Amino acid sequence: MNVRSEILEQFKQVAHEQGMLLAPLSDELPLLDSGLDSLCFAIIVSRLETALDVDPFSQNQGAPFPVNLRDFISFYENAVH
Amino acid sequence: MRTPCISFSCLRDAIDAGGTPPPGCLIGAEHLTPLRDLLQGSAIASGVENLRGRSVLIASADPFLAALALIELDGLARRMILYPPDLALDHLPYVMRHAEADAVVSDGSFLSGANLSSAKHSVCAPALVPRVHTSQDRLATEWILLTSGTTGRPKLVLHTLASLAGAISAGESPTEVIWSTFYDIRRYGGLQILLRAVLTRSSLVLAGPQEPVATFLERAGEAGITHISGTPSHWRRALMSPEADRLAPRYIRLSGEIADQAILNSLRSFYPDAEISHAFATTEAGVAFDVRDGQSGFPASTLTSTPGVDMQVVDTTLRVRSSRTAQRYLGEDPPGLKDVEGYVDTGDVLELRDGRYHFQGRRDGVINVGGLKVHPEEVEAVLNRHPQVRLSLVKTKKSPITGALVVAEVLLKDPSIAAGEQARALQQTIKQFCRESLAPHKVPTAISFVPALAISETGKLVRGHG
Repeated sequence: MNVRSEILEQFKQVAHEQGMLLAPLSDELPLLDSGLDSLCFAIIVSRLETALDVDPFSQNQGAPFPVNLRDFISFYENAVH
Repeated sequence: MRTPCISFSCLRDAIDAGGTPPPGCLIGAEHLTPLRDLLQGSAIASGVENLRGRSVLIASADPFLAALALIELDGLARRMILYPPDLALDHLPYVMRHAEADAVVSDGSFLSGANLSSAKHSVCAPALVPRVHTSQDRLATEWILLTSGTTGRPKLVLHTLASLAGAISAGESPTEVIWSTFYDIRRYGGLQILLRAVLTRSSLVLAGPQEPVATFLERAGEAGITHISGTPSHWRRALMSPEADRLAPRYIRLSGEIADQAILNSLRSFYPDAEISHAFATTEAGVAFDVRDGQSGFPASTLTSTPGVDMQVVDTTLRVRSSRTAQRYLGEDPPGLKDVEGYVDTGDVLELRDGRYHFQGRRDGVINVGGLKVHPEEVEAVLNRHPQVRLSLVKTKKSPITGALVVAEVLLKDPSIAAGEQARALQQTIKQFCRESLAPHKVPTAISFVPALAISETGKLVRGHG
């Protein structure tokens, strides 16, 4: 399972379902400028838990929250490994 | 040591009281008003004295204007009804009728097109006009807060300034305090912060309508806020902003949702110098207690050691009695708010583990999505209207972002569509069907098709909660 491609797919899928205009995805994209709201992120995190079998947000013991897309992907890659 | 609670007959008296520090400022997205200016000036150009003794509904997109209006009207109006900006105007006639509103203060555009019946309509604006004093009499204004009800219709909850301010103590800080909140002040959590600021003579930075999180954080940081409150969901969103480091708070307060250990840890790590507390408060039960040890849940001893608040756990559910609880509900056939002993049943289910109580959700199954309540029955009614759905059961799923999400189990009329591509397509179709009549946070985020749903002997769905 490729973590990055799974995450990017979920961003696109959830934006589409929720009728949100998703900003062009790049590593530097600030998450709060992505066009997604908290509900979208909650759905993405829920689906990634099913797809990747990890939930780094719930397991977080004080690590910084991801701020841009690169952070978000690293957050999951670190949890998976 | 606890300092005494603050007692004023109205908010303007608190601003007018002498002493130090001097009253602070109300700082909105576009305007700033020194609170002292409200003693001689009025934001209600047609004259606030014309509203004396009336039941006044306050409605505006910008919480700044609503704050000005309610400070001016407290002690002068018979009632103030705080209409939240996210509540559909379809509910306006019901609210006005049952709160006996005979006047409206608005920003001039929020209620455009709404039927205000014969209510007197005044406009509130940030530019103050000289205030005309005709009477010094103080009325014991009733404050009506709106909270969500089972059928989607709001519940009207009646408070007084004394009950709302019961948990607010005189400031102990030797240095200036500047408050801010992610909440809207028309909701109980936000109103608490407005009252704290006014009664303890602090300034308050309010978010503007639809203001982006990054802009608000930048503005709050520039204003030098020292104390700030929000739900765990507000804080998770803030921590995902690059502007989160603009804040250097001394005190962080969480309420409105269950504060899990992950968000407490994240805040501790990001703001190591801040004192972090999470409070238990509801619109009906008022502020019960706050927890300052950095751990989720609360020590069992809190039930018996919180001054001025009596608490019981009955059948795993928390009940609260104090001078901070609301008085009663208004509305059509209003249910009783307190039992014969004066306890409010919060409906929040607790579990005791290793000497600490942890919140487990709601006995009635209400789902709290980022501070917004969802009644399962309302969602099930929509699902059950879909032509291919025989029966549905709406449940909660934990979320580390919004606290909870709505999910549904659905029994189809044609059980052969249980899996595969056809099932996935139908799940999307049913979700779209829900989106057409439900707010986004109420639409099930996942739908699973099940072979059966349990029905009790009384013919009701068997639910996992309670």
